[in-house]
Amino acid sequence: MSKRSNTTYWIAFWVAIAALTVAPLVLPEFWRRFLTEILIWGLLAMSSDILIGYTGMVSFGHSAFFGLGLYGAAAALLMVKPPNMWLAILYGLAFSAGAALFVAYFATRLRDIYFAISTLIFSQIFYVAIFTLTEITGGENGLNFSRPQLGIPGVYTLPFTSETLHWFVLAVVAGSYVVLRRITQSPFGMVLQSIRENEARTRAIGYPVERYKIVAVMLSGLFAGLAGVLYAFQNRFAAPDFVLFLISGEVVIFNVLGGIGTLVGPILGAAFFLTMREFLSRLFPYLASVFNVPHLAEFPYLIPLGLVFILMVIFMPQGLLGFAKRWLNK
Amino acid sequence: MAIPWDIIIIQTVNGIVTGMILALVASGLTLIFGIMDVVNFAHGELFMLGAYIGVVVIVATGSFWTALLLSTLIVALIGAALQVTTLRPLLGRDPLTTILATFGISLVLQNYALWHFGPVPRKIQEPITGQFELFYLVYPWYRVLIAALSAAIIGGLYVFLKYGTYGIWIRATMQDRVMAQAMGIPVPAVHTVVFAIGSGMAAASGVLFGPLIGINHAMGLDWVLKAFIVVVVGGMGNLGGSIAAAILVSLLEAYAVILVGYIYVGGQPLSPAMAVVVPFIVLIVTQLFRPTGLFVPTPK
Repeated sequence: MSKRSNTTYWIAFWVAIAALTVAPLVLPEFWRRFLTEILIWGLLAMSSDILIGYTGMVSFGHSAFFGLGLYGAAAALLMVKPPNMWLAILYGLAFSAGAALFVAYFATRLRDIYFAISTLIFSQIFYVAIFTLTEITGGENGLNFSRPQLGIPGVYTLPFTSETLHWFVLAVVAGSYVVLRRITQSPFGMVLQSIRENEARTRAIGYPVERYKIVAVMLSGLFAGLAGVLYAFQNRFAAPDFVLFLISGEVVIFNVLGGIGTLVGPILGAAFFLTMREFLSRLFPYLASVFNVPHLAEFPYLIPLGLVFILMVIFMPQGLLGFAKRWLNK
Repeated sequence: MAIPWDIIIIQTVNGIVTGMILALVASGLTLIFGIMDVVNFAHGELFMLGAYIGVVVIVATGSFWTALLLSTLIVALIGAALQVTTLRPLLGRDPLTTILATFGISLVLQNYALWHFGPVPRKIQEPITGQFELFYLVYPWYRVLIAALSAAIIGGLYVFLKYGTYGIWIRATMQDRVMAQAMGIPVPAVHTVVFAIGSGMAAASGVLFGPLIGINHAMGLDWVLKAFIVVVVGGMGNLGGSIAAAILVSLLEAYAVILVGYIYVGGQPLSPAMAVVVPFIVLIVTQLFRPTGLFVPTPK
């Protein structure tokens, strides 16, 4: 990367951070929460980009890591009194790391499609476990818990309002982004990309490919778990639906929409998807009242979004960001 | 402890019946994978769509068998249309893109069904209501009929693949796509036909299994997951392997229902619902010792 484009990159980075920092002060409550949610899903999508975009392994099991992070945080917040933020993060990361180790150990034995299906099935094991262990997890009803205090207990704390929560989430997501970007540019990240480009050759050069893959899945799972912890703080609610593979599917959609292998792309993809969801779920009731077709009001937003997704897979596989880059370079 | 032979025999029958239905779903899935390298995420939705079309046709005509036939044909046509519009452009690209495309299709179909038919489950009446006595249980003949029909459909597929012109083309394409094309086999058309056959089989199993379960928009999920497990355990793309694995997994799950009753945790026997983990355990064990599947050495 040339020096000039590097400067442009960091200017853009800080402008984005500044805009996102100011945003909760000007936005109404609903959109403030909405923006926080985009950041959390963006972090989840970004974590999966390590596998999809950089290592060339499509994971359909990210809901397991996310959900375990969520349930881990829930466990800490429910069992430890008073609720402690750091303990919740620790529990969440430990739970998701456990899940990631389990999935990584079995699924990395397989490649391509086989890997994708295995991750899907393994994530479903966690779903079934959480769904059936009603005494511990609350089963279908899920778990309700309260938010911890932000800060270091006994030294300085302040309550999580929607503003402070937003800034906290922003700090975590921005920090994760910088860390992940550094990792993808490190020698380790280069090996991952060489696995994506040519696995046999990487192995022939002498890299222990399986070990690299396991570490990649673990890394990806840890950041997905972190997203789960943030979601626990935001929603104060854990349910088996967050472990269901539909979440993993949405994560893959975010990646494809935004552009894989870019880290920023998946966040943009999440923003695009969630904004479209809000827009479409307002548009159809409006259209129904205009054209006087009441049935249209409940038209699912996932139909147009699914069609857009299919079209993007066929015609624009590089995603929105990739498309924009190519268009700007013209 | 006496061995409860009666329960074991009942569960064997149950296991074979569900195994045959599962084999029908899984053989469509594995056929599509073996020939096109396409993992069809929308397979469960085609199963669901078949069941719904069955409901609509039964309401209109009152005949179960017309519904079975029509639903199979309609969904086969839908499958062909889907293949031409979304999968044909992806031919020659990374097989992973086909996972994404079919996942998109499954989202659209599932949400359309939810919107059009609503969340209330529908029911199909059994076409035959006879029963026979199996020890102390009254066992419906319909379940036996399902197993027999599934076996007949799979047998028909086998004969078609072995002797039909298109069947021979399909097997040639499975062995070597480029060579088949060089020999003048219309490979794109073969792909479309294969996808249509797989879709039709999914629809047929949807209608056949409809009377045993409620039909709703999410019914495909459970089945397609189990079918994926079976296809991986049987060796992807191996038709016979999938069928054997389907019956194996279903039998093991049926026996596990008996077995968990004898496992006491904290003085309480485990709930029979815990038997749903059996397919997962089979999968894990398979992945540990034979990652490419039980019945095929190494596909590719």
